[in-house]
Formats: sequence, C-alpha cells, structure tokens
Amino acid sequence: MTTTTPTPPPGAPSPAPGAPSSSAAAAPDRTVAVITGAPEPHPTTWKTFAAMMAREFRVLGRNAPSTFIRSVIQPLLWVFVFTYVLPKIGAAGSFEAGAARGNGTTFSTILLPGLMASMLLMQGILGTTFPLVMEFSWQRTIEDRALAPVPLGVLAFEKMVAGAIQGFVGALIVVPIVLFVHASGQSPHAHVTNWFLLALILVAASMMTAALGLLLGTLMDPRKMQMLFAVILLPATMLGCVYYPWSALHSIRWLQIAVLFNPMIYISEGLRSVLTPGIGHLATWAILLVLVGGAVLIGYLGTITFRRRVLN
Amino acid sequence: MTDSTVQAPPSKAEAAQETAAAGPDSRPGAAIRTDDLRKTYTTSRGNVDAVRGISLDVAPGEFFGLLGPNGAGKSTTIGMLTTLIVPTGGRAWVSGIDVVANPVGVKRTIGVVPQNNTLDMQLSVTENLEFRGRFFGLSRRDALRRADQLVNAFGLTDRRRAMATDLSGGQARRLMIARALVHRPDVLFLDEPTAGLDPQTRVNLWDTLRALHDEGQTILLTTHYMEEAEALCDRVAVVDHGLVLAAGTIDELKQGAGADTVITVRYDGDAAAVDAATLLDGRPTVGKVETEGDQVRVFTKDPAGILGELVTAGARAGLTVRDAAQLKPSLETVFLTLTGREYRE
Ligand SMILES: Nc1ncnc2c1ncn2[C@@H]1O[C@H](COP(=O)(O)OP(=O)(O)O)[C@@H](O)[C@H]1O
Ligand SMILES: [Mg+2]
Repeated sequence: MTTTTPTPPPGAPSPAPGAPSSSAAAAPDRTVAVITGAPEPHPTTWKTFAAMMAREFRVLGRNAPSTFIRSVIQPLLWVFVFTYVLPKIGAAGSFEAGAARGNGTTFSTILLPGLMASMLLMQGILGTTFPLVMEFSWQRTIEDRALAPVPLGVLAFEKMVAGAIQGFVGALIVVPIVLFVHASGQSPHAHVTNWFLLALILVAASMMTAALGLLLGTLMDPRKMQMLFAVILLPATMLGCVYYPWSALHSIRWLQIAVLFNPMIYISEGLRSVLTPGIGHLATWAILLVLVGGAVLIGYLGTITFRRRVLN
Repeated sequence: MTDSTVQAPPSKAEAAQETAAAGPDSRPGAAIRTDDLRKTYTTSRGNVDAVRGISLDVAPGEFFGLLGPNGAGKSTTIGMLTTLIVPTGGRAWVSGIDVVANPVGVKRTIGVVPQNNTLDMQLSVTENLEFRGRFFGLSRRDALRRADQLVNAFGLTDRRRAMATDLSGGQARRLMIARALVHRPDVLFLDEPTAGLDPQTRVNLWDTLRALHDEGQTILLTTHYMEEAEALCDRVAVVDHGLVLAAGTIDELKQGAGADTVITVRYDGDAAAVDAATLLDGRPTVGKVETEGDQVRVFTKDPAGILGELVTAGARAGLTVRDAAQLKPSLETVFLTLTGREYRE
C-alpha cells in the first residue's frame, strides 16, 4: 500500500503549518526593522523623474568609457579621412567642387554641421532605443520602472530625455574633432550667428531623435536590431545632407525633393544655418517646424506605443 | 502626461481616510477586493480567456494564497491588481483604490515581486534598493540608509556590491522581495516566489515570508505548490482555468466539498469488473465512486478497510492490483474533488 501525501521538498525540514519560524542561516530574524523602522516615503512626480534620471546617469557613468569611445571613433575617422588624408593625397578636389561648388569652402566646413547632426541622430536614437529594447526583451525589467508611482507617460518622457542628452553630447563631441583634425588650410569656417537659435535647434533635434528612438524601441522586434542600422540609420545619414548641403542637390532635383522626407536633413541644415551661414541652407521656419513639431508629434506617438508595450 | 500626482501623496493616515471614503463599491478596510474580475487576451491566434470572473476579498494583515496549476490565471490576476495588465471586465481595488481609475495611487501602496527576475541588471544590489527608494521619493541619504537596513535584514550583506546579474537564484529572489518592501507597501504581491529554487532556499524564504506576515504585512502570494499554500497562507483561493474553484482557510477547504480521503486503485484489467459502486453502496461515509478504465477512485470520509475490500473484490474478479494510493485530505484532494483531475504542478 502506498500512501501519498503532499511531500515537502526532499531534504527540507518539514515545516508544519503555523510553526514558529525557525531562523535558518540565510533567513532574516530581524525583519522588525523592515516594515516599522523605515522612513515614510513621499513620492512626487518630479522626485521620481529626477531619481530615474539619476539612475540613467549612474548607468551611463559606469559605461562612460565605452560610450565615449563609441561617440568619438566614428567622427574622428570620418574627419581624419576626409579632411586630412584625402586633401593630402589630392583626392578631395572633387568633394569641394561637388559640395561647395568651388567657392573656396573647405570640406570640413560642410562636415562640421553634417557630422554633428549625424552623431546627434545616432546617439539620440541608439541612446533611447538600445536600453528600451533590452528592458522590454527577456525578463521585461521595464516592469520594475513601470511600477514607480508615476503615470507611464512620465517614464516614456524620462527615457526620451535620457536619450536626448546623449544625442546632444554626441553632437558636441564632434566640434573639437572637426576643429582640430584636418590638413593645413582645411580648417572649417564656422561662427555662431545666433546662440539662442543654436541651442533651440540642438535641443529640439535631440528631443526629436530621442522620440524616434522611443518609437522604434517600442515597435521594433528586438531580434531585428541590425535592421535599425541598415534600414534607418545608414540611409538617413547618407541621404541626410551630412556630406553635402541641401542646396547642392539642386542638380538632382528629384533627390532634392525626396530627401525632404528625411528628418535628418532638418538637423544638418538647421545646424548649418547657425554654424556655417556662408553656405546656403533650408529656410529656418521649415527647420524649426519639422524639429519642434516632429519632437512633439513623434514623442506623442512614442508615448502611446510605449504604454501599449508596457500594459497588457 | 497627467498631473494628478504632482501634489504630495497622502500619508498613510490620509490614505486610510481616502479608503474609508472610497464609496460603497470598495468595502472600506479591505486590502484587496476584486469583483468579477476578467481578462481576455486578444492574440493573433484568437482570444484567450485567462481570467473569467474572479472575486476576492483580502483583509489587511492577511496572508492570502492563490493556488493553481500553470496557466490558471494567477499571474494575470496579479498583473491586473498591480496595474500592469488592464482588466477587460469587472473591477478591483487595492487599499480601497480602483486599479483602473487610479493606477498611480495603487502603485504607491503596493510592493510587487513578479515571477520573472526584473532586477535592474545594470545596478548593484545596494543600488537596486537605493533607486527603488528614490523612485518613491526618499532622499538619497534616506534611500541609502534604507538599502543598508534591507541588505542586512535579507542576508545580502556580503553581496551588497555585487551586480544584480551575479546573484544566485535565491539571492536574486531575496533582493526582489527586499526591493518590493523599500517603500513600506500596504500590500505585498508575490508571484510564485519560490518557483525554481532549491528546497533549502525555498524553506528559508518561507521563514522570511512568515516573519513579514508576523510583522503585520498583508501578502498576496501565488503558487502552484500545494504545500507552499498550506505552509504559509491564512486563506487560499484555488484557481483553475481563470475561475476560483473554492476559497477559505485550509481547514475550511478540507472540511468542505473536498474533505475526503481519496483512494485510487489500479488493476491489471478493466476495473468495471470489480463493480466498486455496488460493493461500497452500504457505506454512508463514502461520497463518490468513480470507475474509469483500469482504475477505481473512491472519495470517503472514513477510509478504514476500503482499500482491503477493493483488493479482495479485484481478486474475486480475477484482477491483480497494480498500484494503489490513499491521499489524506489535503489541498490535493480538494483539487481532485473539485476538478476531477489530478493536480498537475
Ligand atoms: N500576454 C498574453 N497573451 C496571450 N495569452 C496570455 C498572455 N499571458 C498569459 N496568457 C494566457 O493566459 C492564461 C493564464 O496565464 P497566467 O496568468 O500566466 O497563468 P499562471 O500565472 O497561473 O500560470 C494562460 O493560458 C496563458 O497562456
Ligand atoms: Mg504565472
């Protein structure tokens, strides 16, 4: 006769229901402090938001060396090849002719706003998308943050701000690189015409790229991350008026019109309009409309898709 | 972004008043209440009715268990109570606050330990606790002090600087519980807290949970381990296929419908030949007799002698007993009686 009763796990002392808790090695017997002896929390939306930002910067700071290298290597190589190597071996003439139409503008003058925009886009999108994709996949660690006492929109906004700051810094890192790395006579001709406008464009552009990152990070299948580079970042950059000003595209009229759908050009042309005013650029109103309007609209959409991803 | 939350949150006393004033629907004082709560997931392969109308009432200070096999709808229920899953029917309140109407209010009063490991993998043990405190409005100093306190209380002192990725299963689980307690929640939700842990670690965790309960912490725990619900919970709701089959204290459940000892005998041939129903007809303590294929199952208040009779009757019919089992009244027999199915873990 076999008698089957619910068995306690093998090897475990059978804990009778309601038995006084025996204090095993790892078990706490000091939990009295756990509930009663603790400070009473008083959360507010702002305090929670600030704490979440502090968490992002704690993590970023920890990864600072690799983040920094990621945002320096690419612009450094570009600038080195295009404003040092190519001029030295006499191959840059075609660029100057094509890009600035021989009016004596150096290629680095074109490249300064272009590369800033390119890095801003890349860091802004990746800085938002990568963490999101990680937190949404596998164990869904996002759930932890989603349980913080704020509306989910605040969490989405916080993710955007964190990404935007990375985009902003990414753009600034380009400046000294372009200013100092070039062959003699190849220095960029840049001066800021309107600091306020520069700040506005940088901030709006950072927020717009982060909003794109939020949208992508909440819509994208994490297994298809490589597609992000091939389908979005690379085309956006190559056709984003990074290596040539928009005005120079007039000889390929259809392309000049087609690229207007690329949000990237409003960043590069926007920076061009305040940094290198000597070069023709898109109308300022169009730039601001797209950057500010885009940040708001895409940010709004991203918040909706974010909520949808978090909630079931 | 709504801003219902900018003002300072109510203190516990104010929150209690709020609870009392929360209207006739939300019974004042209930830590958790659900009313015909439902969830249907819409998927590309059709609809899944994960929770099909669950009503619960958990009192403050109670240790309440949701017991059911995998896929019963336990996690979905916890998800709805903790605001991350939106119900498709019914209503629910935690500390008197409606989970759909005021999710932020609910999030302030709850601590959650989900089934999956949601520790912040980019942070250390202490930092996981520190930032949880800061998310809930503690100053950096208070949050660090609180983290210290919890690290010690949960036996993680020598792992305080370790990254969350480097913890063992048991350590991670303890840290998740500690983290859920940082902000002194009114209600602690634990979704299968000991699943996948080795037996010793599990028993240690039970001690931890009992100690919390002794301190007055309201706890809702889900589990698919019968003995876990039996060892820990004041009251249990047995759930399966999105419905509550029975609820009550362990004793009530055992006294109730499924209060029987279950005797199962398997023969080496068709059990119908034994005609067990007729055989046991005269016994008033026998509830139900089921014959199915090569096996007979008897539900009885008084098991004495029945097994012997079944063996003898089998021999008379030319059958040998292959296997016999006698289950004392337990949650397992309750489940068996309620569903007619063996409890599958
Ligand atoms: N996101 C989802 N989409 C579709 N079906 C789901 C989802 N989550 C859970 N389910 C289904 O709902 C049922 C209940 O699941 P769950 O609540 O996780 O059960 P338990 O936690 O008791 O194991 C299962 O059949 C499960 O497959
Ligand atoms: Mg589950």
